[in-house]
Formats: sequence, C-alpha cells, structure tokens
Amino acid sequence: MAEEFFIQGNEACAKGAIAAGCRFFAGYPITPSTEIAETLARELPKVGGSFVQMEDEIASAGAIIGGSWGGAKSMTATSGPGISLMQENIGYAFMSETPIVIVDVQRGSPSTAQPTMAAQGDMMQARWGSHGDYEPIALSPSSVQEFFDFTIKAFNLAEEYRVPVFVMADEVIGHMREKIVVEEDIEIVARKRPEKSDNYLPFENIENGTTPMPAFGDGFNIHVTGLTHDERGYPDTNNPETHDKLIQRICDKVLNNKDKICSVKTKDCEDADVVVVSYGGPVRSVVEAVAKARADGKKVGYAKIDTPWPFPDEQIKEACANAKDVIVVEMNLGQMYYEVDRVCKRDANVHLMGKIGGLLPTPDEILEQIDRIGGN
Amino acid sequence: MRTEIRIGGFGGQGVILAGIILGKSACLFDGKEAVQTQSYGPEARGGASKCEVVISDSEIDYPKVLTPDIFIAMSNEALVKYIVDLKDNGTLIVDPGTTDVEDVREFIDEHNIKVYEAPATKTATDEIGLKIVANIVMVGAITKITKVISKEAAIKAIEASVPKGTEEKNIKAFEAGYALVE
Repeated sequence: MAEEFFIQGNEACAKGAIAAGCRFFAGYPITPSTEIAETLARELPKVGGSFVQMEDEIASAGAIIGGSWGGAKSMTATSGPGISLMQENIGYAFMSETPIVIVDVQRGSPSTAQPTMAAQGDMMQARWGSHGDYEPIALSPSSVQEFFDFTIKAFNLAEEYRVPVFVMADEVIGHMREKIVVEEDIEIVARKRPEKSDNYLPFENIENGTTPMPAFGDGFNIHVTGLTHDERGYPDTNNPETHDKLIQRICDKVLNNKDKICSVKTKDCEDADVVVVSYGGPVRSVVEAVAKARADGKKVGYAKIDTPWPFPDEQIKEACANAKDVIVVEMNLGQMYYEVDRVCKRDANVHLMGKIGGLLPTPDEILEQIDRIGGN
Repeated sequence: MRTEIRIGGFGGQGVILAGIILGKSACLFDGKEAVQTQSYGPEARGGASKCEVVISDSEIDYPKVLTPDIFIAMSNEALVKYIVDLKDNGTLIVDPGTTDVEDVREFIDEHNIKVYEAPATKTATDEIGLKIVANIVMVGAITKITKVISKEAAIKAIEASVPKGTEEKNIKAFEAGYALVE
C-alpha cells in the first residue's frame, strides 16, 4: 500500500536513496544539505548499509567511487563549497565510468556566501566543473515529492549509463516540508554485471556504449584508471585514436539516449506569446504567475526543466516554438539562460530574470516581468 | 482557499514543531494540501524564530508566506518583528504571559486585526506542569480559534509527531489549549 509522509525535502531525498538501493553514503555534512547525511546516518545501518563521515568533500567523492566499485550503490550530498572540492574526483568518476549520485542542495554563492539561503549558482559547475569532455546527467526537483522521485531516478540513470548523476536541488526544496506519497512498487534499475569469459574486456566499445560493470571481488581482472585507457582498462595515453574512441563513447552513451533521459513539463505553450522557462524551486512561483496571467487573458505558458543536463534542446525548442518572448527564471545571474538562448534565439527574444540574494522570486515579480516584456 | 499562517517565538519554544503539526494535520488527516517552511540561520538561535505554514484546498504552488492571514506570537520580540505583513482583518493570537499587545496597538487598530489571547505558557506550567508543552497548548488554541485544521486531525498529528511516551501529556496540553478560548 502507498504510504504518505509530511517531511522535509532533504529527508525525502534520503528516503529516495534508500528506496533506490543506495547502501553507501560518504560525505562531509554542509548546510543546507545536512539533513540528508543526518537521515542516512540513522537509516542506512538499519538496511545493512554504511555511512561514513569523511574528513572533507574530496575524500567523500573518492569514497563513493570506491563504494561503487565495491558493488554498492553510492551517494554523497553537499552544497556549493563541497561541489567545488569534489570536481577532481567527479572527473575521475566520468573517466572510469563509475555510477555515483551527487546531491547538491544549492545555497548562496560563490565561496561560502549564504549557507542558509537558496540559490542555483552551481548549474554550470555540474556541467563543466571538471576538466575535459564528458556528458553529465542532472535532475532538478521542484517539490519534496520530486526530490524523492528524482533521487531514485538519479540512481537508475547512474546504473543504466554508468555515469555520475547530479541531483541539483536548492535550499527551498531541501528545507520545506510537504506531503509525499511513496508507492509500493518503485522501478529500480539494477547494475548490469558482466559474464565471465576468456576474452573479457571491462571497457569494451559495445554498441550502446555502456559496458557491464563488475565489482571488486567478483573475480575479474580489472584495472581502473583516470588515464586514457584501452578496452582492457590499460593506460594507452599517446594514441590519439584510443582517446578519441573512449571519450566519444563516454559522451555518446548519454547523448544518443537524450530522448530517454531528457524531461520537460509544459503548460499552455501552444498558443503562448510568452513562455517562462524554469527549473527547481523557482518553478513553484512560475506556475502560480503563469496561472494568474492566463486568468487575466494573457497568452503565457511555461516549461519546467526536470533534467537540466543533458540540456533538452528539442523539448525547449518545441515549447518555445510559437513564442515571441521567452523568460528564463533562475536564482543566479544567468546560467541555464545561455542554453535556452542557444536553442531559441533565432525564433524568440530570450530574457533573463535572474534573482540572487537567497529568496525565491515571487509570483508577482514574475508577473511584472511578463507584463514588461509582452503578453498583454 | 489559501490560508497563510505564521508562528513566531524564541528559539527552543517549539514553534517549528507547532507548525509541523498544523501542516501534518491538514495534509495527512484533513485531506488538504500544506507546505511548511522556516527561517534558518543565526536568527533562529535564541532570538526571534519563525515557522510558516500554507494550508489550501488545492495544490500549493508558491510555498512561502508573504502576507499571513493568521499570526501567532509566543514572544514579544517575534510579535513586534513579524506582525508587519499581517493582512488587514487578519487574526492575531498572542500568549499574554510572554507578549504585550500594547506594543503593536497602532498596527492592530490601523489594520483592523482580530486579537485573541491564549495564555499558553501559564496553562502549560499550571495545568500540565510542563512549560515545554506551551507550543502544543497553543496548537489547541489555534485549532479552536481558526478552525484551519480539525480537532481530530490535530490529535492524530500530535500523536504522530511527539516523542514516544509523551503522547498523553501532549494531548492533555492540546485539550487545555482548545478549552482556553470560547
């Protein structure tokens, strides 16, 4: 039977992680994500999992990579200052194709800025934070229910594609309490394990790009490295072809499945002159503002991005196809705005409504912007 | 209908738990929607602390409280600091033992505020023998005065929210608060 809870976003995230099969958490608790670590420290041992409080975020990211290769679904949770420190190991996880989940409950930034206030300043860091070419997957929840659902989805995508997956939440969603419904049947993706054979290749260039992954102790001879490696996993750093093949595969396994990964929810976009694009916490204000504008007879719609990365080009193009103006509402001074502008600029004027300081934009502030730009 | 509620007090009085109980009552036991938010950070320690709840018959989009319909003040500092956005004709519930409404008399008259006095701290101390249940006494008073949640839902939510073994004392505190006002 489905169960109902009235809990915080961060608690819902922890609950989702356990439901998804997470059995290892390593982290360095930081506001406003602390309740995730707190809840998992209490709950993971009850289901046979492990919780380790690490000495810092660099070690936290390293530990969950190890946990994942040890065969456990693994996660960490942090905020801006921590995600900065994790970047080196995040790159290692992409190169070694290690499924991990990184939850970032975003706060005022840069540096330590505003620990208890909301922001969305880490969106580009999720995309480009580590050096080199790779294709991350990121999800942004707009409700406590979605923080639960998207954490499960993050684990499923990580396992399906052997990639690090980010859950890019914000302080608003992390700390507010709402009702969530936990269904009895939850779809869980199990890790694909390899078959033993004489010519086993742990990084084989197979057609869909995602090679089955053994765990340490399963009896396979594997070498895991951040260096450019061949299909056996051995370093082969001076061969342009090896590098090209490896990195193309790592990118393509995500890009070739964008239609399955990307998710955008739209409302009233078909005849809209103005489309408001948003993700995460600000969606809550956008939905209310657009409903009010419609009630006043204005041709306004909205598009809610569930998956900022890989950026849902096609869905956003379609949502904004008939709009003269597009407004991107986000809690930074312009990050996802540039992506929306890139896909829409030939057909619509794309405007940024960026709000920093820590508070959600209000529906009235968004309505003012809609009125100023058009939609009358 | 959307009802915005703000509860203010000093850190340690349990205003956050009071808000959680209101939210839980509404959405788990009254079949409504609810969102609870709170202010974090240095101001929540010792000084004025506040907890906010939105309760509605339909889905709640914008989750924050901007102009409360109901404001409950359990400390004078919170009363003075957080009354400023209370709606015209709004409801103010104060604990007369810890607040002085004369300090906001001008606001009350200007905005035609309905004022109720619920001596939660005194009732908790004298009738229950536990000052720390003043927040639950206040939930009883809020339930009776505002009817924003049902009595049955409130009792279920309290039972589900307080530490095991303290249910009876807390329900008694709720009933005492419910009986405080006519």
